Amino acid sequence: MSTENTQTAAQVERRGWVQILARNWALAFLILLFVVFSFTGKGFLGLTNFENILYLSTTFVFLAASETFVIITGGIDLSVGFVMGLSSVLCAQVMQSVYAAHASAAATMVVGALVGLVVGIAPGYVSGILISRYNVPPFIATLGMSGITNGIALTICQGFPVAGLPGDLVRLGNGYLFYSFPGKGSRFFGWPPGVTDSQVRELTRILPNGLLLWLVVIAILLYVLKTTRFGQHTFAIGGSIEAAKRAGIDVRRHLVTIYVLSSFFAGMAGVYNVFQTGVGNFTPFNASYELFAIAAVVIGGASLMGGKGSLVGSVIGVLLLAVLNNGLSISGVAAFYRFIAVGIILVIAVVIDQLFPDLL
Amino acid sequence: MDYLIEVRNIVKRFGGLVAVNDVSMGVGRGEVVAVLGDNGAGKSTLIKVISGVYAPEEGTILFEGKPVRIASPMDALSLGIETIYQDLALAENLNVYSNIFLGREKTRKAAGIFPVLDHEYMHREAAKVLDGLVIKIPSLRSKIKSLSGGQRQAVAISRSIYWNAKILIMDEPTAALGVAQQSQVLELVNTLKARGIGIILISHTMFDVFKVADRIVVMRRGRKVAEKIRTETTPDEIVSYIVGAEAV
Repeated sequence: MSTENTQTAAQVERRGWVQILARNWALAFLILLFVVFSFTGKGFLGLTNFENILYLSTTFVFLAASETFVIITGGIDLSVGFVMGLSSVLCAQVMQSVYAAHASAAATMVVGALVGLVVGIAPGYVSGILISRYNVPPFIATLGMSGITNGIALTICQGFPVAGLPGDLVRLGNGYLFYSFPGKGSRFFGWPPGVTDSQVRELTRILPNGLLLWLVVIAILLYVLKTTRFGQHTFAIGGSIEAAKRAGIDVRRHLVTIYVLSSFFAGMAGVYNVFQTGVGNFTPFNASYELFAIAAVVIGGASLMGGKGSLVGSVIGVLLLAVLNNGLSISGVAAFYRFIAVGIILVIAVVIDQLFPDLL
Repeated sequence: MDYLIEVRNIVKRFGGLVAVNDVSMGVGRGEVVAVLGDNGAGKSTLIKVISGVYAPEEGTILFEGKPVRIASPMDALSLGIETIYQDLALAENLNVYSNIFLGREKTRKAAGIFPVLDHEYMHREAAKVLDGLVIKIPSLRSKIKSLSGGQRQAVAISRSIYWNAKILIMDEPTAALGVAQQSQVLELVNTLKARGIGIILISHTMFDVFKVADRIVVMRRGRKVAEKIRTETTPDEIVSYIVGAEAV
């Protein structure tokens, strides 16, 4: 039988502890970083800085969450970074035109956001068809789509950020769910009436909209991945594509859905980026958003061989990279060293995964 | 006799290669038909046609006397045709009961609206099936990759029993097993046969075939070269058909 059965109870217990630590090392490391940076970085430990970290990690949470599904099936999506740029540029371009035609700010935002979200679906659909019908390796299909989406985005915006959008955009994107001001009441998604700009420091603000959005997205995706048949089939395809096919799962259709989902959330990241910055941003060539998203997913415990991965892990991975970046820069470490740190952590993640395969 | 499933004049080509050439055969209720042949004789292709993995270019399939179209593995499963492949086709990263229910997961409504996997139900049902088998599995929540070869076989077999297989196709069921487990599996074949299940057994092992089969079909280079009642033939005769000595 398996070697597990022949071990003594003490061995199993000791192994159990190491196992638990090895499986949750990313979380442990994140906590360690918090402690270290609290000493080394002036201003690291504070609500403003934490909000800053969450602000910068919001789009990455979307990219990493959808990349998690792809990686669990044993695939990879290299197009998410540039799909995000295309969505952002197109969303902003539509908003600019609609707003210039004297539409209301609200109508402008709704139309722009919808266009950005719908456009995000297309590259994933094409990749999905290429991968599932024509047996193009995911690496190549999505690499192709990343080039195409980048080219289209740059053609549309001519290499400049798309500006001239309603000011309400950033007020919503960087706003909070709930505001309260002593004596002047409280309101959802806006300041209570009568509060002036000079009084903003006394305003109580609860739950940034960006954080709210990513909590909602993660909650929905967690439900899908952990408790539905769709999630179960996603793991099954990653575990054994043959077993999935023979069990009657429509693997082709499932894979198309997976790449559409990935691309859709990349589009959502792009749209949210417009709301955050107030302009449409194309993705720079050297941004490597997709690689950081993949790094976060792997740090979160996923295996590029497929069949393994967790959304909570991926979120921890994103936060780990964000805290590392933020903490090192606050601590005065030169930017170039951060790349080294990210590289080392990524390699450690895979080594730990190899040393401690989860059998239970 | 009345066949549970019958294939007539099946032809399957891969490019220029004719993998199955004009083959007809059938299996009755509670009957074990062994399909024998050398490597590349077309045995696997034939069973993949029956189990819906390949669509044949020519020929008809009759299920309980009526012509049917088996265009996908799901079609075969819904008719009650279950296949246990040599590699068992289990998802190693999933646990025992998830594999038994793979592709046909049971869901319940959480909060009255959201369909969620009903782990309790699947665990309970899987335990009922596995309790009846000689091969024991410590926990139905353990992942397949932590199980032994015999235990994996038991999972694959209980999957088909649970789904009320009418036809069970077994591809080299004893190939990767130890001697004790081999006889357990053959014993299981007899149990399933007694329940009225029609079994198609693909095997290289003459001993297995002569122990459980009622009829023996021999394939060579894509064609059916012989069909014999087991009691009316001998291993030597079958071997001569397999290697083609009879025809020369």
